[in-house]
Parts: sequence; structure tokens; C-alpha cells
Amino acid sequence: MTAIAPIPTGETHDDALVVGTTATRAVKGHARVPWRFLGSRALFYLFTLWAALTINFFLPRMMKGDAVDQYLARNRNVSPEAAEALRALLGLDTDKTLWQQYLDYWGLLLRGDLGVSLLHGLRPVTEVIAQALPWTIGLVGFATIVSFAIGTIGGAVIGWRRGSRLDALVPITTFLGTIPYFWLGLLAIAVFSVNLEWFPIGKAYGVGSKPELSLEFIGEVIHHGTLPALTIIIASLGGWMLGMRNMMLTVLDEDYITVAQAKGMPNRRVLWGYAARNAVLPQIQSFALSIGFIVGGTIVMEMVFSYPGVGKLLLDATNAKDYALMQGVFLILTISVLVANIIADIAYAFLDPRTRQTEA
Amino acid sequence: MNAPAAGTPETLAVRTRTVAPASAPTFGSRLGAAFAMFRNGKSLTGLAIIGFFVLIALFADVLAPYPPTKVDNARRFEPPSADHWLGTTHIGEDVLSQVIHGTRGVIVVGFLAAAIATVIAIAVGVIAGYLRGWKSESLSALTNVFLVIPGLPLIIIVASMFEEPPLWVIAAVLGITGWAWGARVLRAQTMSLRNRDFIQAARANGEPLRRIVTVEMLPNLMALIAASFVGTVTAAILGLTTLSYIGVIPVTTYNWGTILNWASAQGAFRQNQWWWYLPPGLCIALIGVALSLVNFGIDEYVNPRLRSAGERARALRKKGIDVNDAVTAVRSIPARTTTPDDELAQNPSR
Repeated sequence: MTAIAPIPTGETHDDALVVGTTATRAVKGHARVPWRFLGSRALFYLFTLWAALTINFFLPRMMKGDAVDQYLARNRNVSPEAAEALRALLGLDTDKTLWQQYLDYWGLLLRGDLGVSLLHGLRPVTEVIAQALPWTIGLVGFATIVSFAIGTIGGAVIGWRRGSRLDALVPITTFLGTIPYFWLGLLAIAVFSVNLEWFPIGKAYGVGSKPELSLEFIGEVIHHGTLPALTIIIASLGGWMLGMRNMMLTVLDEDYITVAQAKGMPNRRVLWGYAARNAVLPQIQSFALSIGFIVGGTIVMEMVFSYPGVGKLLLDATNAKDYALMQGVFLILTISVLVANIIADIAYAFLDPRTRQTEA
Repeated sequence: MNAPAAGTPETLAVRTRTVAPASAPTFGSRLGAAFAMFRNGKSLTGLAIIGFFVLIALFADVLAPYPPTKVDNARRFEPPSADHWLGTTHIGEDVLSQVIHGTRGVIVVGFLAAAIATVIAIAVGVIAGYLRGWKSESLSALTNVFLVIPGLPLIIIVASMFEEPPLWVIAAVLGITGWAWGARVLRAQTMSLRNRDFIQAARANGEPLRRIVTVEMLPNLMALIAASFVGTVTAAILGLTTLSYIGVIPVTTYNWGTILNWASAQGAFRQNQWWWYLPPGLCIALIGVALSLVNFGIDEYVNPRLRSAGERARALRKKGIDVNDAVTAVRSIPARTTTPDDELAQNPSR
């Protein structure tokens, strides 16, 4: 028995036998809003957004060659006056100071005006991107979440059954992760599309069909998307699995695992409620940070499978020196990475009470 | 064994005996200690494979049977033969020679980019970890910005600014965009080192900051630095070959990605010309495996649980105990077949 008498805490004082020693739920207090934490994160995201947008502003101005020159090279029957007008339209007339251009850039951005794309017949950049974005988010988002889920759950099981044959999965998936993604994709096309003819070669849907909401079209999209999604999952599985397994091995040595087992908890509960729940925290952090890499992988995937997403837009825009489109895509990519980071932050705060407690 | 002096208890003699005259640390032993994280089977295997590729890169001119761009229109799209071990390309170039010459670009860019990235990572990470307050926070914010901004799109845009980027420019771009992860890890470790006793002691002794960082801290960060270096080499090699494949880097200098770019453009993947597209990809995969083997070795050196957990579980299973079984197995001990010592070794908790 303790030497110090427990301080009676009023209503919440329950009989230990009723509550049980296996209580896993903390007593719910007032949900504190961690303002300091939220504030510092918000500041960080604003700063990153500003940095990315400023880089975005300077990129085309550092590049050699002129979008209009490239455009004229493609379309020969444009008069010099029309070329001048085009320059003015694109904000490429350089008689303004850099600072003035920077302010104009921000003004246009805040109004949601990203300019017009030379590559796509002077259509607004926002429209061009809006057409491509759903394809990328649908395919890559789905594949990434599946890969993260399989990798993390698999890593937890492998860590739990340490020393068993499952350990062999870690080097195998790591090996698949060290293969350059584009090569894996090309091989997959060579094997499954060209030789076995199980899947179509590239593109998001068949040549003749138009995007519509019919079962037939959706089936076609799934058929076309299977190979790219599978290659993304195969290539990225290893990292999640290795990270989770290594973290599990560390967590499983902690005293609270021993205590939980000594209390006679079922193994399932120890594995998922105690070990995996703690081991998954660094996974979520690295998930947030690896979104940038995932976006980079998108470009390669879309090139290999000629998938009509934003990555392919960026490549085409870079080759054609279509600055407005290039800037627009880079902007969208950066913003999506930031949004994904914010979501991961919120998930992290939900899962790890310590983040919320920094205030206290 | 030294005879204990008369009157001293034997245990004392045993305890004091181990004070051997410590030989002054030679340069060799110091070097060995500094690279202790590589002294395990996995790391050594990986290093051997990397060494093999480095040798190929150094002696590419001697090893390659043909110049990499020698056109031979009479022998196009040939499968492997005695003349051309890995067959020929669409204009009769020897694939083996291209792969051998391509090693050079990959090795040079991989290591140069990793060196640049590691230097930046050490500078930013250690300083951010050692300092406190707004200086540390702002360096950390800078690191996070570089982590969050999507790297490959940025590299594609920057690389397309050059008409004919030389290898060192590509290495520099890959290095400058790839240091953030290492800096983050090093900052965290430096922050935990900063409060250890030996650092406090050095500070109390009035040692200058430069000495504290280089003599006291860096040796303790070596394993992490090595791991981040190896990781950056992997990323740089994948980055270089990817950029070459995409065609952002012009095809004047041959590397494995360039070969794949040509193979893909000439339809080797659709016409099953495996001798053209398999070797360069397998080379990238092999060097990637070698680098991750080195990193596995370092990981197990830094966190011995990664290896011991599996070994311990296997040892328990051999005795018929499941490592995850909460219930202690009660077994009847065969009478006097085990010595008390053995028993103690099996149940150390007793």
C-alpha cells in the first residue's frame, strides 16, 4: 500500500476493481485547444508557402529562352505585332522593375489568375490544370494510401513476429524500392502489356472513349490504372515496411509492453493498441515529409504510362518553355504537398497526445 | 595469470588484473574506430559491390571493348553474341561498352552530390542543433522548407535552364536539393548530445565552440553522417538516372539513364530487346541494393535492437517459447542434467 493516502478526487474516484488495471482510456478532461502548437505550425506553413511562391516567381526569369520565341518557332504565321501583343499578354514585357513584376505576380495569384498556356492554345492555366489534376490525385493518392497502409500493417506484423521467416520480406521489398521507378514501370509495360496483353499500354482510358459517368468508362479507367497503381505500390512499399518494422522492434522492448502482457492482455490488443499505436507515430511524420518525393514520382509515372496528369503537364511545359503553365503546375504541386502535410499534422496531433500537451 | 600478492583477496586480484598497459592508439586503430559502423557483414558486402563499380568507372577506357558511340550500321539490334556480349543498339553501338562508360557519370554524380549535400547537412544540422532560440528555429524552418518543396519538379525546371549542363552542375543541383533530410536527423541527434555530460564538461572547461563541435560532437555523429551520406548517394543516383531518362539532361555524357532513354525512345521495351534495357536497369538496382546493405549495417550498429531482437526471438523459439507469449512457460527441469549456471543463463530474471 502506498504511504501517501490518495487524494480524493471527487466524482472520478472509481473503485480500482471496477475500473480495472487494464484501463486503456485516459480520463477525458476538457479538450484543450493547443493554440501555441497550431500557431507555430500555421506560421511554418505560411512561410513555406511564401518561399515556394517566391521560388516559383524567379524560376522562369532565370531561364534562358523566351516562351514567345518558342511559340513563334512552332507557329510561323504570327506577325511581329502579334508577338508583341502576346508578350504583353503574358507579362513578359520587361520594362517593369523586378519588384513591380513581383507585386503584379502576387496580385494575379491572389485573384486566382495563373495566366494563359501557350502550349494549350491560350487557354487559362487554371482550366488546363483542373482538367489534369483529378487523374493525378485519383491514381497517385489511392496508390500511396494503399501502399502506406499495407506497408505499415505489414511492418507491424513483421516486427511482432520478429525472428520468423517474415523477416525476409524486409530486404525483398527494400530491393524493389531501390529499382528506379521508371524502369520498373517500363518493365511492367513490356511484360504485362506488350507480351501478356493483360493491360493496355499507358493512357488513362481508351482512344475512342470520352470521359463520362458510365460503368463502362469507369471499368476502362480502372483497367488502365491498375498497372501504374501496382508499380507505385510495389516501389514504395519497402520504405514504409522497413520504417514500421524498425520502430516496432524498438517499441516492443519498452516496459509498458511487458506490463501489458503481464496484465494478461490478449496479444492482439498489445500488438495493435500498444505497440503499433506508438510505433506508427514516426511513420506519419515521414509520410508527411515524403509527400514531396511522391509528387516527384508522379512526374515519372505519368511520363512512363503517358498518363494525362499534372506531372506530364509539367514535363511538356518545361520542354516547350511554357512558363505560365510551368509555374502553375509547380504552384499546385507545392500547395498539395502543404495540404497533405497539414492533414498529417492533424492526424499526428490526434494520435499523439504529447503534441497537444506542449501547452500545459 | 599473475600470482596474487599475499594477503590480497583473490577477487581483488581478478578485478585489478585487467589494467593492461594501454598502447597508444595508432592511426590505424583510430581509423578503425571511426569507421566501426561499416564493420559488419552487410555493410562490407555493400561496400565491396560499390568498390567494384568504382573500379569499373576508373578503368572504363581499358575495360570497354568498343568506344561507347561507335556506330556500326551492319549490326543493328543484335542480341548478345561473342563479339557484343550485351548485343547492340539501333545504330550498332555496343551496349556493354555503353554500360561500362555509363558507370562513370553515375559514380561521379552520386558521390559528388552526396558530398555537397552532406557538407550542407552537417553545417546546418549541427549548428541548428547546438544553438538555441530563434537561430536554431530559423535554420530548422529552412530545413523543413527544403523538405517540403517538391524536389524533382524543381530539379527539372532548374536543369532545363542549362543548355548543356556539365556533370558537376547536375551534382550540385542534386546536392542542394537533397541535404534537408540529413540536416533534420543530425539536428535532432545534436540536440540530444548537447546536454550530455561530456559536452557539458567540455563547455565548463572553456573549450572553444569549434573544438567542441569537431572533437567532441562529430565523432558521435559519424554513424548518422555516414547513413545520410549513403542515403543521399542513393537518391542522387536515382535522381540522375531519372533525369537522364526523362531527357532533361542531354545525352552527350553517357550514363545508365541515358541508355534507357535511347532504349525507350527506340522501342526496345515494345520489341523485347531485353539485352538493351535490362543491363542498365539491373546495374542501378544492384548499386541501390549495395547502398541499402551499407545502410542496414549502419542502422544495426546505431540501434543494436534491430539485429538482436530477431536473434533473441529465434533463440527462444529453439527452446520452444514464443517471444510474444505473455505466460511464462513452466517446464520441468530434467534432474541434474543442467548445471545451475546454465539454468541461470536461461532465466536471468531469477
